[in-house]
Amino acid sequence: MITIRRYKKAESIEEAWQLNQQKSSRIIGGMLWLKMGKGTVQTAIDLSGLSLDGIEETEEEFRVGCMATLRQLELHEGLGTYTGGAMKEALRHIVGVQFRNLATVGGSIFGRFGFSDVLTMFLAMDSYVELYKAGVVSMREFAGGGYDRDVLVRILVRKQPASFHYSSVRNSQTDFPALTCAAARFEGPAGADYRFAIGARPGRAVVIEDSGRILSGGDIREQARAFGEYAAAHVPTGSNMRGSAQYRTHLVKVLTERAILQMGGEAGC
Amino acid sequence: MLITVNLNGKMVSGDVEADTLLIDFVRNHGCYSVKRGCETSNCGLCTVFLEDRPVLSCSVLAVRADGKKVTTLEGMQEEAAEFGAFIADQGAEQCGFCNPGFVMNAMALFRENPAPGEEEIKEYLAGNLCRCSGYEGQLRGILAFMEWRKKEGRL
Ligand SMILES: Cc1cc2nc3c(=O)[nH]c(=O)nc-3n(C[C@H](O)[C@H](O)[C@H](O)COP(=O)(O)OP(=O)(O)OC[C@H]3O[C@@H](n4cnc5c(N)ncnc54)[C@H](O)[C@@H]3O)c2cc1C
Ligand code: FES
Ligand code: FES
Repeated sequence: MITIRRYKKAESIEEAWQLNQQKSSRIIGGMLWLKMGKGTVQTAIDLSGLSLDGIEETEEEFRVGCMATLRQLELHEGLGTYTGGAMKEALRHIVGVQFRNLATVGGSIFGRFGFSDVLTMFLAMDSYVELYKAGVVSMREFAGGGYDRDVLVRILVRKQPASFHYSSVRNSQTDFPALTCAAARFEGPAGADYRFAIGARPGRAVVIEDSGRILSGGDIREQARAFGEYAAAHVPTGSNMRGSAQYRTHLVKVLTERAILQMGGEAGC
Repeated sequence: MLITVNLNGKMVSGDVEADTLLIDFVRNHGCYSVKRGCETSNCGLCTVFLEDRPVLSCSVLAVRADGKKVTTLEGMQEEAAEFGAFIADQGAEQCGFCNPGFVMNAMALFRENPAPGEEEIKEYLAGNLCRCSGYEGQLRGILAFMEWRKKEGRL
C-alpha cells in the first residue's frame, strides 16, 4: 500500500492540475491500481467534487467523465445499445461488481495498462481523450503516448454508425486477460470499414485495420479466415505467465476471425 | 482529518490519516465482520455498502466516506440472518471466512435484481472468492432462498 501524506479534494480542474505538477503528487481515481504501489504520495488529489462522474449522451456523442466508474459504463443503456452489448462484455469480467463500483474510466485510460479491456474497447470506437492542457487527442494517439502530468477530464465517443464485438480470453474468471479483442465495423458510403484493437498481447493494445481491403466483397467466411491470418502476422505478441507469444498469436487469429463473422451476422462461430 | 460517517444508521466521527482505509475506520468503530482477505482488491471479503452500493472497503480512503452512508453486515442483521440460514442449510461453507463479504454482495445483488438467473448470480458474485468450497453449495443456497421468497410472496 502507498503512503499518503496529504489528501486534497480539488475545487477546480485548474487546482488539480497545479497540484499535479509536483512529482510527488498523484491524482486518485478509484485508487485500485495506485494502492498496489509502495511509494509515498505527498499529495493525493481527489477529483470527486468536480461533477466529473457522469455519462452524457447527445445525438452525436457520449461524454464520459473521468470519475465515472466502470460499473456506470457497463450499465449505461445508451452505450449498451450503441455497442450492441460489447461495452458490457468488455467490462463484466473485470474482478467483480464491488471493484467496478470503484475503478474509474479516467484511471483506466490514463494508466494505459497493457492488459486493459477498457483501453482495448475504446480503441475500437471513434473515441478521444479530453485533457485539461493538451485538449482533445484521439484515443489512438493517447494510447501510444507517454505519461505526463496533465489531467484527463473526459472521454468522448463519436457515434459513428457501426457494429461492435468484444471478446477476451482468460485462464480463469476475474483474472487479467491473456488476450483482448475489440472489433468495429463502421458503415461508410463506400462500404464497411473494419477496425480491430488487440490488447494484453501482453503489451498495450494496438489497432489493426483492413488497409489491404481483405474484407471487401465475396465469401465472408473465407475473408474472415484470411483477415485472421493477416492480423496474426501483423500484431506483435509476447510471452508472460498468462500465455506464450505463440498461443497469443493463435488467439489473435481466432478472435479477429470470430468477430468478423459475428458482426456479419454469421451464426455458429 | 475529522470525518463523520453515517455508519449503520448512526453518525460516527473520527480523526483519520490521509491514507486511512475505510476498512480500518469501520473496524475501529466496532464493525469486525469487515475483514481483509487479500489486500489486492481481489477477494471481496471487505465488501461494505457506500451510499448503498457494494464496494471494497480495503481500497477506499476513509476520507472519501466523509458525509456519506456506510453499511456493514452489522447494520443488516435481520436480512443477513434470514439469507444466511439458507447457505448454512446447504452446508455450503467450511471455514466461513468468506461469509461476510459474500452475504453483503448477495444482498446487493437482490437489491439490484430481485430475481436473478443462475448466470446473473454467478456474474454478480464472481468477485467474492471462497478458498474452501466450489461455490456449488452457495449457489444452491441462493436458489433455495429465492424459491422460499417466491412462496412467501416476497418476490
Ligand atoms: C487486482 C486488479 C485486477 C485488475 N484486472 C483488470 C482486468 O482484468 N481488466 C482491465 O481492463 N483492468 C483491470 N484492472 C485495472 C482496473 O480496471 C483499473 O483500470 C485500474 O485500477 C485503474 O483505475 P483506477 O480508477 O483504480 O485508477 P487509479 O489507480 O486511481 O489511477 C491509475 C493512474 O491513473 C492516474 N489517474 C487517475 N485518474 C486520472 C485523471 N483523471 N487524470 C490523470 N491521471 C489520472 C493516477 O494518478 C494513476 O497514475 C485491474 C486492477 C487491479 C488492481
Ligand atoms: S481485502 Fe478487500 S478485496 Fe480482498
Ligand atoms: S468457506 Fe472457507 S473461504 Fe469460503
